[in-house]
Amino acid sequence: MIDVIVTAALWIIVAALALGVARRSTPLLRESTKEGSVEFLRLVPRMAIGVLGSGFIAAALPQDFVVAWLGSSSGVLGIALAGFAGAMTPGGPVVGFAIAAAALKGGAGAPQVIAYSTAWALYAFPRLLTYEVPILPARVVWLRVIASLPLPFIAAWLAMLLGKP
Amino acid sequence: MQADKPQPARRKRKTFDWPTAVLIAIVVSAAAYVFWRDGAARFFDVIWSDADLFVWMLPNVLAGCLIAALVTILLPRDTVSRWVGRDSGLKGILISAGAGIIVPGGPFTIYPIAAAFLGMGADVAAVVTLITSWTTIGMSRALVWELPFLGFDFVLWRWLAALPLAILAGLIVRAIERYWRAGAKP
Repeated sequence: MIDVIVTAALWIIVAALALGVARRSTPLLRESTKEGSVEFLRLVPRMAIGVLGSGFIAAALPQDFVVAWLGSSSGVLGIALAGFAGAMTPGGPVVGFAIAAAALKGGAGAPQVIAYSTAWALYAFPRLLTYEVPILPARVVWLRVIASLPLPFIAAWLAMLLGKP
Repeated sequence: MQADKPQPARRKRKTFDWPTAVLIAIVVSAAAYVFWRDGAARFFDVIWSDADLFVWMLPNVLAGCLIAALVTILLPRDTVSRWVGRDSGLKGILISAGAGIIVPGGPFTIYPIAAAFLGMGADVAAVVTLITSWTTIGMSRALVWELPFLGFDFVLWRWLAALPLAILAGLIVRAIERYWRAGAKP
């Protein structure tokens, strides 16, 4: 259901933007629509590889193992492990939050869960493969990956400073 | 509009590029492992569910590419470079962080938009800030996916802790770039 809403919202945005461009000039609209479509066609085969890859990595990685890691972890080492697990967690938007929720209920430390979901948000390996690597220049991807390394730790630390909800 | 609109990024159009090669290597080994461990039935199961996901993704990705192409036209180039260009400083990073919070959609919108902005002369640091902001404190993500699983208190707490991250990422990229430029690069 939410998928349909998201898709509909996106196409409404497309329509609004297209209207904005069309009011400026119709050939410009035709030109830019073509440009967008060509870019899309160029991405399709690479995305297919990425989707297939994330599916197989998800299947290769046992989920209980990830939850066990988070559940038993504590301290800075736990945060580091949680961060690593988060970066490696495959699947769509639901899997990371689902594991985070399960780990929280299973007694994992809240800073670890923060580190986990932050690392997952930053890296989520499948998203990196499916979208980021095909679409962005390699240099930008590397810079982002390097700059993001300390962030899960900082988030966990800030979460500890803020205190438990 | 200028005749040479460098649409998304200044990526070289090579037939063979190493990120794709690495990708294929990873996919093949993961697939081989699943086939070896779980057998053919599970193997084809994964392929079918992936195919399903892929087909569902296509209209969103097409929309994302069109949004990026249209935004490129509607946003004047000098506005982009003034707001989030190389010399935009902290202001550029703050604008990008704010934009990341409100940009709707999924990775299918944010990455094409990021690539288009790069092509229009946006700073790499600003683009990294945009992506980081979108993934860590983006509203659509937090409201649609996170809230149902983790509850309001936890989400708010996590959101507050993650608030400075995007700005930090941008500043780190700036520092790395300055280091590079001061170093070996002519």
